[in-house]
Parts: sequence; structure tokens; C-alpha cells
Amino acid sequence: MKPLDKLRDHMRRDRVFDFMAQGRHTTIPGRVDTSHQNTILYVEGVTVSFDGFKALNDLNLYIEDGELRCIIGPNGAGKTTMMDVITGKTRPDEGTVYFGQTMDLTGMTEYQIATAGIGRKFQKPTVFPEHSVLENLELAMQADKRVWPTLFTRLNGEQRDRIDEVMDTVMLHDQSTLRAAQLSHGQKQWLEIGMLLMQAPRVLLVDEPIAGMTHQETERTAELLTGLAGQHSVVVVEHDMAFVRSIARRVTVLHEGHVLAEGSMSDVQNNPKVIEVYLGE
Amino acid sequence: MKPSGFLLSTLMHDRGGKIFLTLLTIVAVAVPLLNMLPETSAMHVSTYTVTLLGKYLSFAILAIALDLVWGYCGILSLGHGAFFALGGYAMGMYLMRQIGDRGVYGDAELPDFMVFLDWQSLPWYWYGFDQFWFAMLMVMLVPGILAFLFGWFAFRSRVTGVYLSIITQALTYALMLAFFRNEMGFGGNNGLTDFKDILGFSLQQDSTRIALFMVSTLVLALVYLLARFVVNSKLGRVVVAVRDAEDRARFIGYKVESYKLWVFVLSAVLAGIAGALYVPQVGIINPGEFSPLNSIELVVWVAIGGRGTLYGAVLGAVLVNYAKTYFTGAFPEIWLFALGALFVLVTIFLPRGLVGLLSKMKNKNNKTGSAHETTG
Repeated sequence: MKPLDKLRDHMRRDRVFDFMAQGRHTTIPGRVDTSHQNTILYVEGVTVSFDGFKALNDLNLYIEDGELRCIIGPNGAGKTTMMDVITGKTRPDEGTVYFGQTMDLTGMTEYQIATAGIGRKFQKPTVFPEHSVLENLELAMQADKRVWPTLFTRLNGEQRDRIDEVMDTVMLHDQSTLRAAQLSHGQKQWLEIGMLLMQAPRVLLVDEPIAGMTHQETERTAELLTGLAGQHSVVVVEHDMAFVRSIARRVTVLHEGHVLAEGSMSDVQNNPKVIEVYLGE
Repeated sequence: MKPSGFLLSTLMHDRGGKIFLTLLTIVAVAVPLLNMLPETSAMHVSTYTVTLLGKYLSFAILAIALDLVWGYCGILSLGHGAFFALGGYAMGMYLMRQIGDRGVYGDAELPDFMVFLDWQSLPWYWYGFDQFWFAMLMVMLVPGILAFLFGWFAFRSRVTGVYLSIITQALTYALMLAFFRNEMGFGGNNGLTDFKDILGFSLQQDSTRIALFMVSTLVLALVYLLARFVVNSKLGRVVVAVRDAEDRARFIGYKVESYKLWVFVLSAVLAGIAGALYVPQVGIINPGEFSPLNSIELVVWVAIGGRGTLYGAVLGAVLVNYAKTYFTGAFPEIWLFALGALFVLVTIFLPRGLVGLLSKMKNKNNKTGSAHETTG
């Protein structure tokens, strides 16, 4: 297998001129390559259909390294399907999804994509209910996640510090030994965000982070997400316009599986096509 | 880590485990002693009872094996009896070959049923089973490999829930039909029986039976500790995470299939060991052990004892089998009804089994006693 793989790697058309790029940028396997215009995620021409219904229709989306992007759109616009495609849950019928310039996500499985550096928060908060807050974070922690190493591993001091740090960030320090099932809805959302942080991902996909949150919790979440941008690329899918307005720098509007508009919040709000979709004809 | 250190850290927060292992030690010492009392004494435990207890202990190992996959990993296997029976058959093959020329037909090489079928030579898959070490290896390897193949296909195709339960049931049923056939070379309908001795000790002798019982207690304790080590490790936490939120586990970077497969194979190996302890004590292994009913009964033991605690599985296995021995003696016709009713009642009223009931009662006592209390 090994020599064959090498040969294949050698024959790849996108690598033909790699030798010329030496010194300017080198491609390291397993490393995210954002050297081209600082783009970290490329979603190009993606189409997904379920029984003839096109959930995504020739979707093009580019996310920059470290940006905070909000994605809005009416129900059924394909927001969640888009996340499914990026995280490997759904395979696109057509189109490509690249993480950096070199990693083709359509050929990778969920756990490989997660390990490569894309974290995902579900719409419904999904944590491990029978585990304590601490254990939830421990499980999410970036580590060797193969079976045998996991059997013998123990938490070391550095990892404990990292967990402490994240518990502070999501304000769950006092609940560290509580079972996750006993947390409030908002706290579960935060725990899930905390779990994403433990993975140390390059890209965070966050699906409706403030659903079911109180006003204060919402404000705190906005702070949290804007604070994360910069070190991470954060993609937020949200319905709540006030919330989007409070955090958004760039907004993408999806409609019927296609990008309808993209730009700053005020650009988007004044876009006649967007007004038509949102307010009806 | 020193063995004592390992033991301590494994059992540190496991009160139920400590109680269970203490009881097991008492049983392991007391039963053989009581057996040595004169038969006229009221405290005398007959060798028959000792063997019966040994049988319960092998069932307890099987129950721990199922608890690992069902209680912790959420895979309801309705075919775990298959792995138990395969381990039993591997042991049975060793015991058959120990008979040598003492069989009815006096053939030094071939077991009686093969002579009866007019076979001329030993089939290749019987080679090596005259060696104890080889047979013991097969006791673990055969169930392990079958579980690996089965699990590899099932978990990769993401077969879960009821569908998985049904195909595990089909697996054990298919094996039962296969083992019923004489051409398979495992004694067909009658299975393997008429064993004479094990490692040179006669199986009819009381001392051998007592020794088998003591080995069973030891193996049960070791299996318990191993299982406890596994569920206390990070791997154990991942496995529970897979049970509770499989997608979440996948999206934080765990290859869920590998974890399921690992636990499933470990469980099958443990079930095989249980089968190997069972066969010399009951003196027979036949295709009936593959019967789907056996596997379902096994699930009932674990459900009644309490899932996801390990000692609950042991408790369930021993209690239900004691009840079975009693009922099938006293009122043979109602046993199955009693078992069914028990299962229904436990599922409705005691979702966490007897162990759950015990901890609930303890919590209630604590609540009235002191304000310091955790919910749950």
C-alpha cells in the first residue's frame, strides 16, 4: 500500500508545481494550509438532494482564518445541511469542500474531520448527560483518541490546567462535579461550547447557540463568541436577528440551499432580495 | 504501578465492588470448608451444591461480559450465549480428547460420536485440542474472532438498536442450527459429554469439583477487576459517552466503531471464558446452549440485577439462577412465566434493577438522616 500511496501522491494534479512553491509555502500533511488569501474553508459548488429535494443547491462559501461569520436564512434554507456536509455527516452529491488548501473533507469521516480541527455544536445542546462537567471536557480534550492509548491514559497537570481554563471561560467552575444532565439549558449550551474549545479546533461551527438562553446568558455568549474569533474561525448559524446584529461582522444569507447575499449586516438588511425572502412578496 | 496500587485505585470509589469481592472471598473460603464437614452435620454443603454454585459463578462472569456491552456501551446483544457456548465447546473438545481410549468404542484418537458416524480420522479443526494450553487459547480466540468479524461489519455499517439485537439473535440461532448437524463434527444433537478428567484429575472426584469451584471464584474476581479497570478508564468514559450521545462522541473525534468493536470483542472473550468454566462443572455442552432463549435469559439476569454497575449483573445472575433451580424443581411448569413476569415487572418498576432499588433505599435513609444529599 505504502509505495502505491506515494505514487498516487506524486501523480496528484494539484501538486504538480509544488516544487516551485518550495520556500514560499510547503504543504505539510495533516496541517491546515491557509496560505492562499487566508482562507481556511472552501465550500464550492455543493449540491445535496434528499429524494429530489435540493437541500443545498450549488452552494459557494469561503471562510477566512479567524473570522466570525454569521449565517442566517429562513427555515429549510440548508443551514444545518451545510454543517452536516462540512463535518462529514452528509456526503455532497456534487461539489468540493476543502479545509485549507490541501484537505478534502468530502473524503474524510466525522472523526477524522473533528481531529483535523473542525468542531461542531449541535442545534439541540448535546452533552454526555451521565458524565460530570469535568469528564465532558476531558472527553472532548485534544488527545490521542485511538482505543488503546485511551485505555491507559491519565490526566496530567497540564491537561487539568487546560480544563480549568475552559471551565472558567464558560463559567462552569462551580458545577465541575455535577452531572451534565443536571445543568440548566443555557449551561448545557456553554458546556458544549467548552467541549468544542477543548478540542482546540481551527474552525468552530455553532448551530443556534442562544436557543433557550436568558438575556444575560445571551449577552455572555455573544462576548464568548466574539472573544473566540481571531484565534479560531467561528461560523454561527442563528435565527435571532438582534443577536446576529450584536456579533456579526460578515453575514451570509442562505435561501433554498444557495447564497442569496453576503456582506455586512446593514448591506444585507438593505438588500432587496433579502427583504423579499424575509418579508414575502 | 504495583498490583496493590492498581487494585486500590481501581476499587477506591467502588463500594459495591468492595462488598461483592469481600462476599466472594468469604464464599470461596467457606464453601470448601463447609463441604469438608461430615455429611450428618447441618452445616454440610454437598458437593452437588458446590458444583451448582460454581455454575452460578460462571453465569456471573457471563453476566459481567454482557453488562460491559449492554450496560456501558448500550449494545443490546441478544446473542451473547453464542460466545459462551463457543468457549464451552472449545473446553469440551479438550475434555473429549482427554477421554482417549476409555470411550465406549475404545478408539484412542476419535471421540465416540465420530466412531459412531464411521469417520476414519480426526477432522483438522480438532487438532491441538489435546493440549490444554491450546484449548484455553481457543476458548478466548474463537469467540473473540467471531465477535471481531461480526462487529466489524455491523458497527461499520452503523447497525444499531433493535436491528443489531435482531442480527445477534440470528447469529446465535444460525450457530445452533449448524451445531445440531452431525456433519459439523461437534457431536450434533448430543453435543460433547461423558468427560473423564481435566489435567489428569478425575471430574468425578469431589476434590476436582471443589477445585473447579475455587478456580471459578478466582476467575470471577479477576474478570470483575479487569472490567472495573476498563470502565473506570478514560476508555470506559468514552464508551458510556457513545451509549448516551453517539453523534457527539463522533464529532469530538472518536472513532465510535472502533470503541464498540473493542468492547464487543472483550465481552465475547470473557463470555468464552465463562463457557469454559461452565462445561467441566455441568459435564456437558450441546447445541441447546446456542438457543436464543438462553441469550434472552442472560439479558434478564442483567436487567434484574441492574445495568451498568458490574456487581448488579453478578447479583442478577446468581439470584435468577437460584430462583430457576428452585422453581424448576418445585413448580417446573411455571418457571418461564415467572421469568417473563419478573422481566416485565423489573423493566416497569425497577429500570435500574435491584442495585438501583438498593441505592434508592440508601439515599432515602440518608435524606432523613442528614441534609447532605446528592440527587439521582
